[in-house]
Amino acid sequence: MDNALGLHRLHFAFTITYHYLFPQLTMGLALLIFVMKTIALRIGDRRYEAAAQFWIRIFGINFAMGVVTGIPMEFQFGTNWSRFAKAAGGVIGQTLAMEGLYSFFLESTFLGILLYGRDRVGPRIHWMASLGVFVGSWLSGFFIIVTDAWMQHPVGHRIGANGEIILDSLSAYLLNPWAYAQYAHNMMGSVVTASAVVCSIGAFYLLRREHEESGRLFLRIGVPAFALSSVMMIFPTGDIQGKMVALHQPVTLAAMEGHFETRAGAPMNVLGQPDVERQRLDNPLQLPNVLSMISYGRWNAEVKGLNEVPRDQWPDNIPLLYYSFHIMVGLGTIFVALSLAAFAALRLRRLFTTKPLLWAMLLALPFPYIANTAGWMTAELGRQPWLIYGIMRTAEGSSARVSSGNALFTLLGFMGLYTVLGILFLFLVHREIMRGPEPNE
Amino acid sequence: METIWFCLVAFCLAAYVVLDGFDLGVGAVHWLVARNSDERAQSLETIGPFWDGNEVWLLAGGGTLYLSFPTLYASAFSGFYLPLMIVLWLLILRGIAIEFRHLIHDDMWTPLWDVVFSGASALLAIVFGAALGNVVRGVPLDANQEFFLPLWTDFRVSANPGILDWYTILTGLLALAALAQHGALWICLKAHDPLESRATEVAHRLTPAVAALTAIVTIASFSVRPALIGNFAAMPWGCLFPIIAIGSLWVVHTRKSFAASCAYLASMLVSVVFSVYPEVLPASPGAKPLTIQNTAASAYGLQVGLVWWIPGLLLAVGYAVFLYRRFAGKPDRPSAT
Repeated sequence: MDNALGLHRLHFAFTITYHYLFPQLTMGLALLIFVMKTIALRIGDRRYEAAAQFWIRIFGINFAMGVVTGIPMEFQFGTNWSRFAKAAGGVIGQTLAMEGLYSFFLESTFLGILLYGRDRVGPRIHWMASLGVFVGSWLSGFFIIVTDAWMQHPVGHRIGANGEIILDSLSAYLLNPWAYAQYAHNMMGSVVTASAVVCSIGAFYLLRREHEESGRLFLRIGVPAFALSSVMMIFPTGDIQGKMVALHQPVTLAAMEGHFETRAGAPMNVLGQPDVERQRLDNPLQLPNVLSMISYGRWNAEVKGLNEVPRDQWPDNIPLLYYSFHIMVGLGTIFVALSLAAFAALRLRRLFTTKPLLWAMLLALPFPYIANTAGWMTAELGRQPWLIYGIMRTAEGSSARVSSGNALFTLLGFMGLYTVLGILFLFLVHREIMRGPEPNE
Repeated sequence: METIWFCLVAFCLAAYVVLDGFDLGVGAVHWLVARNSDERAQSLETIGPFWDGNEVWLLAGGGTLYLSFPTLYASAFSGFYLPLMIVLWLLILRGIAIEFRHLIHDDMWTPLWDVVFSGASALLAIVFGAALGNVVRGVPLDANQEFFLPLWTDFRVSANPGILDWYTILTGLLALAALAQHGALWICLKAHDPLESRATEVAHRLTPAVAALTAIVTIASFSVRPALIGNFAAMPWGCLFPIIAIGSLWVVHTRKSFAASCAYLASMLVSVVFSVYPEVLPASPGAKPLTIQNTAASAYGLQVGLVWWIPGLLLAVGYAVFLYRRFAGKPDRPSAT
């Protein structure tokens, strides 16, 4: 049975990680496309319209990937996690159904117009379609985050006589403070990915001396968005999220930080390798008292260590959790430095000729994807060993009747199919980028 | 309250069958109706702006089912694990085929996606039909209200059934024929000659097959599950649904009407749903079935859900009307794609 549980976990982890490579771009890009369409409509600038059209083509490919890899997510609660689905359905069913009704219909309707309808509708309706897709995709993110926030920090429910979970207040569930912290942090992450991609392609065109006018336009839109979202990623959203974890999941905080012993004035571990067996951090590089400060706002605050908590309540993969968190924070810090440097260069009118900076922007492309993935791994590994924090353990949630053989069969199926999709995706996006924003039609 | 939600879930599923049904049907007749790459592009163009929104009805129906009957969702989705995963793979392939085909025009790229689109659509129609057959036949539920079905065992309707047996294969074939006819009628509405006349011809040939399969499946259903007759006997007004189905099929035959095909599919689905009510997943003989009562969410959840569900649905219908009106009529004569 252990084996089956591990496979169900890997099944969900693999499909959700792969899936989220696409929405993290499309949600942020929907905002940037809306901005481009708005500028194009207001000042009637054809270059902005051409840029919007180019990004709509990239968006369309990503969106298709997001849709087809997203449907399995909606099904997997039932297929692989049926005991969880049964226990939690009365609560999380609300937001999952809301997502279908309030965001998928909006998105899909206006996406059809955005992709296919430019010749059939006027510029105003085409602009409205970009707004509809933007609102729809951000709403979709909201409903998913509320669902996840309830698993992280359950509110708005009560436990019935037979241990069943009963929805008590829909408004308390929807107004979960954890959800708002997580949503703000996550959406900024999405804007980081999208703006970094826009900057990266812009830098690529300038370095290649192709489509240079578009390249400059991409950077003019992308760099300020990249800078603003990178900063907001850390402050205020990351900061609020961190305090939320410190308050409600102190064990998780200790594991994320590799903080084994309770102490006042706890340092922040910048580098080091957690040795869970000996309960210590090897090769530590520490900032004294900083963990106390950022978690509780006081330099000398006591921060609980893992030693205070029985082992069966520790997250079950502390090294991976630790590295996920540190990769996220490390990359986030680098993004702030890079984007602020680029922003300064843009204001000084130097950016388009400063090759090292353009190269750095170009090569930055994969890292927001890694940072976003690492961030989600931090959230979900940090929730372990709970599936619903404090209520249901992960081991109690999987489908009892789906054997490991069947789970492995479909996991391998998804891996094969997604590999093929990934190759096709890269091929198509590469092709669009090489054609550029002004293809010879 | 449970009955209201039962009807709402049924409504979403009916909307899915009628709307995405024509997408799948277009896929099933893709190679019959369109003879070269340009024509197949036109065939796909008839569903281009619509298919994604249509597919959302499946997600909305799934979400609504989960909201209102979580135990059913959990039991059915894990029990039908393998066919659902196959459905997911086919939905992925179909979606990708539609969205990727038009990006490149060459003699290797487009036929590849035409095959994928057509094959995935036809298989989806069969699997959905077989799934409905499984619900009618019943599944071997255990004491925890769970089950797991292999894809097939010995193809007999027995105590040890598989997803596929002779009965569910029949329902799968009926779904394929009915949706293929539905898709052909959609092409008649949305495409120019020669596609239009070929589609008319295909629909014309399919109608007798649909009628014959409908009759066979109806008889088979009552023999596999005699209890189905109960609701029709207790509430004779329910007989209206199969009567509408037969009437619509007649209109399809005489007028080649897409609307009548919609009515046929919806009333067939409603007939099934009506006949199993209040069970939602009948059990094989000897086990306790899942009903709307023993799978429903809490009363509060169902009440508060209704408050936002109805406006959400009206919005969804509003978007659909907007979209279908924007893309009303036939697309312009084949642009040289």
